[in-house]
Parts: sequence; C-alpha cells; structure tokens
Amino acid sequence: MSATTADAHSRASIYKTSLHNQRRWALWGSYAALSVFVVMFLVPPFYTVITSLKSSAEISAQNGSPWMVNHPTLDNFWYLITYSNFQTYYLNSAMITVVTVSVSMVISVLAAFSLSRMGFWGSQTLSTGVFLTYLVPPSLLFIPLFQIVGWMGLINSVWCLALLYPTLAVPFCTWIMIGYFSSIPKELDEAALIDGASYLQILWKIFIPVAMPGIIAATIFAFTVAWGAFLYPLAYLYTSNQMVLTVGIISDLIRGDVFQWGKIMAACLLASLPPIVIYAFLMDYYVAGLTAGATKG
Amino acid sequence: MAEVSCRKVVKEYDGGVQAVKGIDLDIADHEFVVLVGPSGCGKSTTLRMIAGLEEITAGEIWIGGDVVNDVPPRDRDIAMVFQNYALYPHMSVFDNMAFGLKLRKFPKEEIKRRVDEAARILDIGMLLDRKPRALSGGQRQRVAMGRAIVRNPKVFLFDEPLSNLDAKLRVQMRTEIKKVHQTVKTTTVYVTHDQIEAMTLADRVVVMNHGVIEQVGTPAEVYHHPTSRFVAGFIGSPAMNFLPCHIDEANGGGLSVRVNNAIQMKIPAERLARYMPFKGKEMVFGIRPEHLTERKEEGRPGFEPIDMLVDVVEPMGMETMVHFFVDGAPLCARLDPATTAEPEKMLGLTADMNQMHLMEKETGKVV
Repeated sequence: MSATTADAHSRASIYKTSLHNQRRWALWGSYAALSVFVVMFLVPPFYTVITSLKSSAEISAQNGSPWMVNHPTLDNFWYLITYSNFQTYYLNSAMITVVTVSVSMVISVLAAFSLSRMGFWGSQTLSTGVFLTYLVPPSLLFIPLFQIVGWMGLINSVWCLALLYPTLAVPFCTWIMIGYFSSIPKELDEAALIDGASYLQILWKIFIPVAMPGIIAATIFAFTVAWGAFLYPLAYLYTSNQMVLTVGIISDLIRGDVFQWGKIMAACLLASLPPIVIYAFLMDYYVAGLTAGATKG
Repeated sequence: MAEVSCRKVVKEYDGGVQAVKGIDLDIADHEFVVLVGPSGCGKSTTLRMIAGLEEITAGEIWIGGDVVNDVPPRDRDIAMVFQNYALYPHMSVFDNMAFGLKLRKFPKEEIKRRVDEAARILDIGMLLDRKPRALSGGQRQRVAMGRAIVRNPKVFLFDEPLSNLDAKLRVQMRTEIKKVHQTVKTTTVYVTHDQIEAMTLADRVVVMNHGVIEQVGTPAEVYHHPTSRFVAGFIGSPAMNFLPCHIDEANGGGLSVRVNNAIQMKIPAERLARYMPFKGKEMVFGIRPEHLTERKEEGRPGFEPIDMLVDVVEPMGMETMVHFFVDGAPLCARLDPATTAEPEKMLGLTADMNQMHLMEKETGKVV
C-alpha cells in the first residue's frame, strides 16, 4: 500500500516538474519574442521624440550620438504651433475626420442593421459584396475617382476628401457592424417588436447601446482612415489652404532637398496626438469590438 | 383577456417545407394551453405565428374576435417570454419591464405602479435597479415574465421558457408560472418539449407531431386516453410499453393478447365488444410501466400474470424501474422500492388489463 502511495507521489512530482519546465521555457520564449517586438515598434517613435527636441544645428552636427539630445529645445513645436499653415492643416484634418467618421458611421450602422437583421432577398450576397469592395486597393481607385471628383468640381477642395474617405471606411465599418449585430440574439429584436418598437426604435434603443463596443471599434477605424490617409490628399490637393496634415507636413517642411527633420518629427508627434488620446481612452472597447466582430461575423 | 383561434393554419417555408400543416385550434379566454411535441413538430412555429413573428402561408389566426393575419406583433396586444429570456442587457430590470409601456407612452406614475405590482407578484422588487447580467437564470426568467405581465396583454405566449434552467429551478419556476396564471388569469399559450411541464401546467394539452395536431385534451385525457400511438408514447415518463401482438380467441371464450407463446393475456370482459372487430389481427399492445406490478397473489380478475427475465434494475428512491426485453422490444415496469427484482433473474409480474391500450399496427390509431 505504502509502495503504491510512494509511486504515485513520484509520478506526480515528475509531472509537476515537467509542467514547471515547460512553462518556464514558454515564458522565456515569450519574453524573447516580445523584446524583439518592443524594440522594433518603439525605436522609431523614440527616435522621433529625440529628433523633435533637437535644434537643426544639433541634428546636422557630425559629432555626438544621434540617440541622445545634448541641448533639448521645444523650438520646433513652438514654430509649428504658431505657423498658420500648420494650423490650417490641423484644422482641415480635424474637420474632414469628424465629417468622415460621422457620415461613415451613420451609413455603416444603418447598412449593417438592415443587412444583418431585416433578412431581405439578396441581403447575404450584398453583405459579401460590401466586404469585397474593401479589398479593392485605393491605389487602383484613385484614377477613376479623379474623374468623378473633377466632374464634380472638387479637385483641390478639402471637401472632396469628405466624399472619398467614406468609400474606404464604410465597407470595413459595415463589415465590423454586421458581425457585431449578428452576435445579438434574434430574440432581442423580436421581444422589442412585441413590446411595440419600430425597426428604427429597435436600432436606436436596443442595437446601438448593446453594440457600443463594435460601434467604437468601427469609429476608431474610420478615424484612423480619415486622419492618416495619404494617397488621396496627395493626388487631389495642391494648395496649402486645402491640405491636410499628412500631405501638408511633407510638402511644407521639405523644401527642395532640404529636410527640416526637427520640425518634421515634431509635426509627426503633434499629428499623432489625437489618435494616441483616442486609442488610450477607447482601447478596451476597441479590442472587444474587433474580436466580437471577427469571431461571430 | 381573449380567445385565440387557429383556422386551417399552414406555414410553408421557402423550398416547400411545411412546418405546420393546416391546424385548427380554439383556446378559450383565461385558458392555459400547452403545445407539446418533439423538436420540429411545428409547436414553436405555431406560437410564433400567433405572435406575428412568422407570416402565415394559409389560414386565419383570431385573437379576441379579430383576424390578426396581417396585424404586426406590436398591435396584437400579446406578450411573449422567450427561452433565452431576451432581456435588454443595457437596461436595468425596471427599464426592461417598463420598455413596452414607455413605447406606448404610458404616464410615468402608471408605469411605476404596474412595474411595482408585477415585481411584487414575482418577488423581484429588490432587483429592479440591477442589470440582467447581475441576475441568476431564475431571476432573469422572472424579469422576462414581469415584462409580459406589466403590459396586461390579451394573451401570454411562452416559448420553452424553462429549457435554459437547471432541473431544480425548472420545477420551482414551473410552480411560479402556474401561480402567476392563477393570479392574473390571462389566456396563455405555452410551448414546451417537456411533457411533464405540459401535464403540470396545462388546462388543456395540444400534442403536435410533424406539423399536425395529434390530440387535444386535458392532461388526464391525453395520459389515460391517448388517441394515437404517438401520443401514448410521448406523454408519460417512462414512456408507455409497446409490444406487437396478435388478438386471439381465448381458451374458454373471450379474447386474449398473444405477444408470443409465453405471454398471452386475457382481455377483460368489458372490453370484448370494443376489441372484437380486431380478432385475428396483428395489433400493438400498450401498457404503462405503472400498470405492470410485481405479482403478489394469483388470479385477481383483470390482472394477467407474466414472467420475465430482468435486464436492469434502477432504484429511484420512491420507486424502482425494472427493465426487460420481450422479443427484442424493451419493456419497463415501475415497481415498489421493496421489489425483489434482480438482474438476470426471472420476475413474476401482473399486467393490469383494465388499463391496456390496443393500437392498429399500420396507422397507430388507438382502438
């Protein structure tokens, strides 16, 4: 009897040790992989911050380490904040982003609700079609879109972006929202129908509050598209008063072959502020929204 | 309060699948009717058609004297309780219950009065500020019932409301539902696949199979006087025993049920006239497990002796289920816990022939 107990103990300790070892190796592997990841992703922002705090003289000096600041200065930031063109770019970007996000979300929430819930003929095919349009790269679209924008007389008008960005944002936002709305039990809208709600009331009073994480995820996506797009403003805008941040920074701060690195880096940091603030506040919702859409769509 | 009627109601889905094949049903005011049947029998579809959540392919549905075929759910004055509760997760219990009243623009004081009254009936007054995620399954189902009660509708519709609850809570909630009906007396249509729920709750049970109504009757009627082999087998747990048999002329006159050469049981005199037309025919003999008892004394009139080899014994405390095989067909007897039955040993039983059922082999019709 005691021999049997001893055997059992030794077997248990073998398993325990082996599990312990496996976990230790797994952790070491994780730390190694994550370290590489952290270095790859954090070095560029770090370099951006360092450079933005340097004067042009320090940047162009041949001595000293490029990874260190000897005489930190906020001159680059101050220059940009007081520079009227930069203010115009910032304002244009903010304006276009607000319009794009609003228009995209209204369209995609309504589209997703009807496609996922109203079960009309062809709704399945349309849902797939919406997603397929997202797969067409903007670089293929911008020439035909140029024709359309030109025909509408909107070339070199910042408002053309309010028309173009939703074409990028709406398909993906709709797709996220279809996935999210589909994960809401059918009985919820049936209960609301019986309680006396119309379809619009069901959307407004039930679906939007319940699907808020999905809506926030889609909003962040639309925001990212509108704030960071480069190709369309580069193709359609050419005067300073119409430009947005992404194109304005490079066209204004690179003059001929003179790169004003300190100001460019400071401008990049200032331009990154809104996304950083929004991500920091909404990150939890964003992750929850994306996973729900992905697994249940 | 209202009557509900279905007149030749048909539901056909795309592709020609008929879920409901022309049913006729009249439900009286204040009545509690349970639709019961196996999965896919059309009971939920029927309920959803009454609710207006499914369109009707043919026929008419009447609620409170009006045809409601084309009336949207919100205008039918019905309330429904779903299997998965369907509570609005972002609203408090109070708001869940008040939602329908708010949409109908009831005054605030009236909404509060009705919600408080429903909460009192269901004993959920202390939960009104909570969100559904902070409630247990039973509490959620109570809130779902509260949402139905506050509307004071003409008809309550329940779609398998207890299926998501554990066995103990199910029994408890079953009693609650019965109590609520005794209090508010609203006409109720209740769908379940659980025949015990059907038997315990219903004023009348509607047994459905393959989109048609097999039988409508009080729980006692469908249990004691089933009209088909399906109803006989579906209602009752453990199910009724069925044995293929031959109706023979008995020694010394009368009729007997011959299952095989070893099992021949005399049919009581009072049933002879009823079964005489089936003399010499292949039929199905049916007897409920509780009508097979352990043989203690010989020769009681109407009780026929059978000796069988015990297969499995299942003691359940208040009773013991004993299983046998007769020519490959399973047979179950519900015996006293003091039974002497042991596996692989012969056991003497008596069959109460006054409680027997006889069915046509081809149609399954009880004769």
